[in-house]
Amino acid sequence: MTENVIEIRELVKRFGSLRALDGLDLTVERGTVHGFLGPNGAGKSTTIRVLLGLLRKDGGEARLLGGDPWHQSAELHARLAYVPGDVNLWPNLTGGEVIDLLGRLRGGLDERRRANLLERFDLDPTKKGRSYSKGNRQKVALVAALASDVELLLLDEPTSGLDPLMEAVFRDCIDDFRSEGHSVLLSSHILAEVEHLCDRVSIIRSGRCVESGTLAELRHLTRTSITADLATVPAGIADLPGVHDVDIDNHRVHLEVDTTELDAVLDLLQTGGVRTLESQPPTLEDLFLRHYGDQVAAPAPTEEDVRR
Amino acid sequence: MTGTLVLLRAFLRRDRWMFVWWPIGIALLYVSQGWSVDGLYQTQAEFDKAAADMEGNAALIAMAGPARALNTTGGQVTWQAAAFGAILVGLMSMFLVGRHTRADEESGRDELLRAAPVGRYAPQTAAVLDAALANLVVGLLTAGTLAAYGLAVADSLGLGLGVMFCGWFFSGVALLAAQLTTSTRAAYGLAGAVIGVAYALRAFGDISAAALSWLSPIGWYQAMHPFSGLRWWPALLLLAGAGALIAGAYAVFDRRDYGAGVLPARPGPDRAAPSLGTGLGLAWRLQRPAVLSWAFGLLLGGLAFGSMGSDVEDLVGDSQTSRDLVAQGGADLVDGFYATMMLMLALVAAGFAISSALRARGEEDAGRVETLLATALRRRTWLGGHVVVTVAGTLLVMGAAGVGLGVSYALVTGDGGAVVRLTWQLLSFTPGVLVLSGFARLLHGVLPRATLLAWLALLLAYVVLLFGELLQLPQWLQDVSPFEHLAFVPVEDFRWAPFVAVTAVAAVLSVAGQIAFQRRDVH
Repeated sequence: MTENVIEIRELVKRFGSLRALDGLDLTVERGTVHGFLGPNGAGKSTTIRVLLGLLRKDGGEARLLGGDPWHQSAELHARLAYVPGDVNLWPNLTGGEVIDLLGRLRGGLDERRRANLLERFDLDPTKKGRSYSKGNRQKVALVAALASDVELLLLDEPTSGLDPLMEAVFRDCIDDFRSEGHSVLLSSHILAEVEHLCDRVSIIRSGRCVESGTLAELRHLTRTSITADLATVPAGIADLPGVHDVDIDNHRVHLEVDTTELDAVLDLLQTGGVRTLESQPPTLEDLFLRHYGDQVAAPAPTEEDVRR
Repeated sequence: MTGTLVLLRAFLRRDRWMFVWWPIGIALLYVSQGWSVDGLYQTQAEFDKAAADMEGNAALIAMAGPARALNTTGGQVTWQAAAFGAILVGLMSMFLVGRHTRADEESGRDELLRAAPVGRYAPQTAAVLDAALANLVVGLLTAGTLAAYGLAVADSLGLGLGVMFCGWFFSGVALLAAQLTTSTRAAYGLAGAVIGVAYALRAFGDISAAALSWLSPIGWYQAMHPFSGLRWWPALLLLAGAGALIAGAYAVFDRRDYGAGVLPARPGPDRAAPSLGTGLGLAWRLQRPAVLSWAFGLLLGGLAFGSMGSDVEDLVGDSQTSRDLVAQGGADLVDGFYATMMLMLALVAAGFAISSALRARGEEDAGRVETLLATALRRRTWLGGHVVVTVAGTLLVMGAAGVGLGVSYALVTGDGGAVVRLTWQLLSFTPGVLVLSGFARLLHGVLPRATLLAWLALLLAYVVLLFGELLQLPQWLQDVSPFEHLAFVPVEDFRWAPFVAVTAVAAVLSVAGQIAFQRRDVH
């Protein structure tokens, strides 16, 4: 069943004269974990708030679990759970009370899972909201979300403030959740987390989606870095299409190549007699930096237009 | 104390607008009494006659203070403005001290400051100095405008600096409250309660047992007798009190853990009670402490006013004109007194109703609503829970005041029927209170950034009650206050028509606010 749990087309949200979302497209398929990446202020949280019916869209289409996020918010919310990046708790309610409250408001929570999650996340539910640290407040919201019986998680930088041990627990929980056929929209800054968890990734900038696809597809759009020791360096390697930054030092060649042109480069290298070959696949970080980097170098509307 | 001055400069910069508007507002409160009195009475004979009437009005004395030299402009200014000036500097000092101590400690901003090379006591010392300076500005501006208006310089200085000393005293109260409590809300609640008790103590002292006035810092200020034989020594009580409170606050600060109050944090329940699972259950749980403490406070207030029984008559004297004035409608003196007192209690209860209506906005501001509305909880159900708590809480708070009033009146006079009668009469002012909270609700829905206006509406209702007749405010302005339309029981007979109409206005305001909230973005 390939049904989309989130479908956003040409979404626009204005705050005064600022266009926080400027024609955003985003599709999340059922049963996938979808990474949502972008610099601060790119519009990730705004998108999630529109999906939650907290903000009213000014244009475009947004469908959540097949319904309208503004008009059917309560019905849809019974089927999802949300964890914000900055959890604010009531100073005089305990963590346990908040978990129960949010669970009941969603329509009930799984007692066994609640106990299990408290243990896995090592959370004391008897402390009052005001005495939790940031990481522990985050855990309260995560336990409340994961203990609910829902089919979609909207997570807005959910692991901010968690220690590495707890991040590992979080990853396990998300893996379990997906294996039950459920879906996740994960906005994050932690690239290792996204690379580990996400089936597909969308990168947004200035309220628009600039890149979207599986990690493999996205890697395809970037350059692979190659270092090779050769018997003889074949002529014309720098003239091949898609080859950049060639650096030849005696028998050693270093170059960057567009991943789509990799095949031709390897063919040519082979003619020179390969002794050793190192190839570095593109990381999500490269992808990310490329989109961040542009912002500094040039406002590049052309690049975005080309992709569209 | 390293860093105190650096911090003080930073605080002053944060507070720069408060340093402008509070002093201007308070100085205007004082000098405007002079203008209005001088405009009202053309001849000294008129003035003397009006003063004689006011001197016999127990309700006015309870609200304003001891009647002294009321046939002089200076005496009138002192009488009408001093108690309220003292409350205002109390609130100003409370907010100034609170925002730089407990509020910053709660939010963690203070930690950032304390990590810099500043002394242990520097932040609260800077906060106290900040409040002290603000009060100095208030005092000098008030004294200056009064003197410039043409009143005696020494007495103007006494009235102005007296209010400054009051402000210093309440700064000490606020600083101590910030040490004793763990949340800003509780600190403001405690300091606000002290201001309220100080005002109430002098009210009883001024109309019955004079000794009670000497338990109140506001009473000390009024005992300075500006414009009627100024004396400075009561100001020493205010200074000594301020010193003791501040020293006490430093002592508590030394003994408590940073980030905590005096009481250690105790673990709470690990599971939520069954009631905590709906919008209403949550709203009740969050507002319960406020509802119960306001109800308790108003119960005490009612008990105190009721304990005056029918003695009011003795105070008023025999003058026919004064009887006419007190009754305001021409009925029994005691009725006139109680009608005014009931309206006073209703206006205090309106303080609860407005803050309760604005609690929803506070939750939204604190970013806690987002998580709630991301569940199956509907917006209207979430807000509806708060509305129910506000309305039911208002009834409870008003009822508590009425029962207190009735019970102590019945005990003093032996009139058992007074319990039900006075309770019902007080409750008949509830629609006016609900209009004020409905207005706050409307602001939350339509102009969430301008919710301060809700408090201005309460202030207006207060001014109309106190000065409406005295200053002959224009009728249209008086009509803005919802209480002007309700029957002034027990002077007037209860009437259903205005009761229902004002209730309907309250409902329309509240519903309009709720609908507007459903249609706007949640922040």
